[in-house]
Amino acid sequence: MDAIDRRLLDEFQHDLPLVPDPYAAIGRELGIGAAEVITRLDRLCRAGCVSRVGAVIKPGCAGASTLAAMAVPGDRLEQVAALVSEYPEVNHNYQREHRLNLWFVVTAASREDVDRVLADIRRRSGIEVLDLPMLEDFHINLGFGLQWT
Amino acid sequence: MTQLDSIDRAIIVATQDGLPLVPRPYDAVAEQVGIAAAEVTARMVAMIEAGVIRRIGAVPNHYALGYRWNGMSVWDVADGDVAAAGAAMTALGFVSHCYQRPRLLPHWPYSLFAMVHARNQDDAELLVRRIAQALGPMNRGHRVLYSTRILKKTGLRLTT
Repeated sequence: MDAIDRRLLDEFQHDLPLVPDPYAAIGRELGIGAAEVITRLDRLCRAGCVSRVGAVIKPGCAGASTLAAMAVPGDRLEQVAALVSEYPEVNHNYQREHRLNLWFVVTAASREDVDRVLADIRRRSGIEVLDLPMLEDFHINLGFGLQWT
Repeated sequence: MTQLDSIDRAIIVATQDGLPLVPRPYDAVAEQVGIAAAEVTARMVAMIEAGVIRRIGAVPNHYALGYRWNGMSVWDVADGDVAAAGAAMTALGFVSHCYQRPRLLPHWPYSLFAMVHARNQDDAELLVRRIAQALGPMNRGHRVLYSTRILKKTGLRLTT
């Protein structure tokens, strides 16, 4: 990753120009051509450094979601984690260091659909599922300030 | 909150894995959705103004960039202090997501969630201390739940 890659990541986490040829517009700011911008972004995506180039949607705008937590006994963690990850409505699933050791996000078209998934996981696992929907979202305007040192 | 119509949703679905990396990406989206490219960008501008789209750009993968310590810091803040505490957290510039969620006593007393990303545990703890300093007496108790494993991670999925 060179200085131009870093600038692509630092300066274009937001405000990708909404013009017909946005990669050319970025290139003009970086002093490179559109084709090179595309090549670099493609490489950064393939390397996994960039998840995608696109829109970040405000949570809760498109359907319903919640953060759910479960306290899973250690010897059942693999099984319950796999059961949870099976659901297409589950888009993040993390093991965390706490008595509540399984944390996942459920996103669906409606709150009823979210409830149905939570109830299903509860029933199939026999373990209580805490339901922690977002009440308020404190807006992060500028993306995340990366530090390269 | 503005309601999205079916065309807005189609635009989100068409772009949720990312804009195509082609010279005229909105033309490609327009073709997929079946509307004019100018309407795609006009609707995206409207969704930005309505706050539905936060930003458009390169979404970094913190983990791949070396930020292996993903800490979910959780804070017990009085309901009346939540807005001030949330604003103080986001003003620090390093919190990637900051949400108020319900406390579920007795299991869970924490109402503010702030995600921090760092290259090692010491750095993560330093960030958490900076949040604690910013909150001062509004903080009635906190902890950090580090992720020990990513079991599944995909972007927000919408279906039409």
